[in-house]
Amino acid sequence: MSDAVDIRLTVNGQAREGRCEPRKLLVDFLREELGLTGTHIGCEHGICGACTIFYNGEAARSCLMFAVQADGAELVTVEGLANGEELHPMQQAFHEHHALQCGFCTPGMLIAALDYLKINPDPSEDEIREGISAVLCRCTGYVNIVKAVKAAAVVMRAAAPHTNPLSASGEREEPA
Amino acid sequence: MAERHIGRSLLRREDRRLLTGRGQFIADLELPRMLHAAFVRSPVAHARIRSVDLSAAAAVPGVALALSGDELVKLLPPLPDTQLSLPNKWTSHVEHEFHNPQQPGLAHDKVRHVGEAVAVIVAESRYAAEDATGLVSLDLDPLPAVVSAEAALAPDAPLVHDHLRTNLFGRFSIAKGDVGPAMAAAPHRLQRRFYHHRYAAMPIECRGVAALYDARTDAITIWSSTQVVHWVRREVAAILGMPEARVRCLALDVGGGFGVKGHVYPEDLVIPFLARRLGRPVRWIEDRHEHLQSAAHSRDQLHEVEVGFDNDGRILALRDNFILDCGAWNPIGGGVPYNTAAHMTGPYRIDNLAVSAHTAATNKVPNTAYRGAGRPEAVFVMERIVDLVAGQLGFEPAEVRRRNMIGAEEMPYRAGILYRDGEPIVYDGGDYPAALRQALEAIGGVEAFRQRQREAREGGRHLGLGIGCYVEGTGVGPFEGATVRIEPSGKVYVSSGACSQGQGMETIFAQVVADAWRVAPEDVVIALADTAAITAGSGTFASRSTVTLSAAIHHASERLREKAFAIAGNLLECAPADLELRDGGVGVVGVPGDTVSLSRLAHAARPGWDHGRPPGVDAGLKETHYWEPPTVTWSYAVHAAIVEVDPEIGRVTIDKYAVAHDCGVVVNPLLVEGQIAGGTTQGIGGALLEELPYDSEGQLLAGSLADYLVPTASDVPDMAMAHQHTPSPLNPLGVKGVGEGGAVAPPAAIANAICDALSPFGVEFNATPVKPEQIVTAVRAARK
Repeated sequence: MSDAVDIRLTVNGQAREGRCEPRKLLVDFLREELGLTGTHIGCEHGICGACTIFYNGEAARSCLMFAVQADGAELVTVEGLANGEELHPMQQAFHEHHALQCGFCTPGMLIAALDYLKINPDPSEDEIREGISAVLCRCTGYVNIVKAVKAAAVVMRAAAPHTNPLSASGEREEPA
Repeated sequence: MAERHIGRSLLRREDRRLLTGRGQFIADLELPRMLHAAFVRSPVAHARIRSVDLSAAAAVPGVALALSGDELVKLLPPLPDTQLSLPNKWTSHVEHEFHNPQQPGLAHDKVRHVGEAVAVIVAESRYAAEDATGLVSLDLDPLPAVVSAEAALAPDAPLVHDHLRTNLFGRFSIAKGDVGPAMAAAPHRLQRRFYHHRYAAMPIECRGVAALYDARTDAITIWSSTQVVHWVRREVAAILGMPEARVRCLALDVGGGFGVKGHVYPEDLVIPFLARRLGRPVRWIEDRHEHLQSAAHSRDQLHEVEVGFDNDGRILALRDNFILDCGAWNPIGGGVPYNTAAHMTGPYRIDNLAVSAHTAATNKVPNTAYRGAGRPEAVFVMERIVDLVAGQLGFEPAEVRRRNMIGAEEMPYRAGILYRDGEPIVYDGGDYPAALRQALEAIGGVEAFRQRQREAREGGRHLGLGIGCYVEGTGVGPFEGATVRIEPSGKVYVSSGACSQGQGMETIFAQVVADAWRVAPEDVVIALADTAAITAGSGTFASRSTVTLSAAIHHASERLREKAFAIAGNLLECAPADLELRDGGVGVVGVPGDTVSLSRLAHAARPGWDHGRPPGVDAGLKETHYWEPPTVTWSYAVHAAIVEVDPEIGRVTIDKYAVAHDCGVVVNPLLVEGQIAGGTTQGIGGALLEELPYDSEGQLLAGSLADYLVPTASDVPDMAMAHQHTPSPLNPLGVKGVGEGGAVAPPAAIANAICDALSPFGVEFNATPVKPEQIVTAVRAARK
């Protein structure tokens, strides 16, 4: 156990700082030091994907990174997706299509789906299945998640046809 | 608010918090001055514990307590022998024998499976606690491990529990008709051995427990990621020697259960004990590695079956002797194997049946209920048999099913055996042959498929059609309760011991209450999974909550309505018989204006001066009803799968999957379809991917989710669904359970489809999972 180190980073558009041991996992840092418990831990070995966040604009497993690696980084977690009380189109689509049951994988699933739409904004059902296959859901059988992602893609293309669902800074493009 | 809400696909009120990261799961709970527990678990399957050296662990900075099983056993009694007892009307009618050991909080004499906890460390942080567990030194004297149920019951087997003098946890047998003569007289007979392998619920949230002791009131509050808060309260109160009134158990948002969180675990008792002993809150969050080796596994049954049938494929007699590999402990007793026996004949008319079950102790993780709870095993056996009968006679498997199926005109149908509630099984309605037709139509029809299959074979491709049918007793007793209360705000409050793990109960029970009180669902407050909110509860398992709680709400509401009408009659100066519910209030029939709101009624019902109650009506506007169902309701379904199998590399691709089902009156169709899709995917995982294998020394070979393959989105197909809605006559709303069903049939349907695809090779798959290596091996052997 070595001495604690200071970590400064941007989370959901806000400058945040904390102090932890160098061995502290990023997901533990988010949850325990920053109080962002929306990011969940399902396996701690990088398989289930519940802990998926945006790290400098790319989906990443926060259980496979140390907090110190995120020093200076820009992160987006599930808490940063909605615009105040207005749900992100992906969140809204998950609600409307009953794409969540227990909700434990949902934060990771939302991020994975948004990450996939960045490279493929108009995916087929098979492509969606492949695109979200890095996050495990045990409740839904994925049927409604696939529907929700497809529906969200339509809304997001209509809202911002030439922009990524999340820009590199993690800020959501507002509908025109 | 005249419109009805039952039957509508209302979107879930749970969603917003879960979608925005504002849900609260057990790992999100922070308590002031909270300590963190980590368990030291056995690395071997079977060993005598010589000593546990905690000195180095106790010296780690931040460690508050290090405790071994040897010390704990002096402070805390073990769990009782079984948490789920069977009723007298079962035990007095079914020939049986049970020997259940009592599980201690921590192992102290022997370790009996890899992953069994032998010591616990409590520290200021989880990191410190885990540092300390690594410094605990175990001196274990290895014993030979018992790693199969058959080996366990051999005469010279090593004993898992020495004092029982046997590895038999229990046995029972049931029969109807007279199997011996019927089998002997049958024109055809067939014998097979079937194995349904060991796999598990594997929710994405592992288990977790937190406890807070309050010295002022000598009370303890427990938060557990459990499906059964009242069971946890009962066991903690008994073992800690506290009145139930001083023990409260709550479940927060729970990240999936599916049965694995459906009983009380040692950790549920040890953590409250530690919190009381240390005078500080203590929390334990299970990690995935621990979950794989200490949360309950399931299935793992070996069946030896003989079936007699006639020239038309009608099944005349069925004999099944099976063994359940129960692992080292048996917390829920005989319910799962009895489910297997009771569901064996499924939707078929089989007049002569004999089932004998043995539950064996082995050096593995305990085996309890997982979605389906004994039914997938029965259905795998029965549905494979039907296909084998069809194959032997050269008939279409669907036709053999149709010939054996109980017809709609035979309903209600007496199956001739008892359910595990001790009541005679009576299928309470439905049209099974129609469900078979619907499922087959949904995959394009049998004839069209056979044509397609022939063409594919000519092109060197192997397509197969498989069917899996089941009936399922749902909504089992003994009871569930509801307290219904009209709030001064006018909101209708309902509390119950049912516990949601993602089923959407806050939404569906709001629908039920909205219709019972003619209010908007938004005006309903649902409080579940908290022992402080209702005196008694059963919990959520066995596809029971919609059935039992909706009935409890109905009856409590009926009684409360009488009281509300008495008070309203007093306020409106009319007879209660002239009143009706409308628009969030009570009004005079035929007089639209004369309405008194529920809020005003609640104020009028309050105790004290200037109340509005008529003489003889006591204060308060609240009723509790504990619904004790007469017996189970019978849901059913037919699953049909078309698969393509590559015999060279053993890959199975699901081309089409259809489910035709009946769960009676549907409260929320959107949520019912979600349950079916989720359950079906778990069943497909069980058929093709998921496995908890052990080696010959009892080492568990699945140590992570890289070994235990939960289906991903690209592993499973889209599903077609067809619905029937035969109301159950056994409860006020006519509902039947749906939670488990999806997981029951896929192993049978998929295995049948694979066998059908590979029928040119003459191979049979009578064991699950059917993995590529099994397919390749079988095809190679057949080609020799």
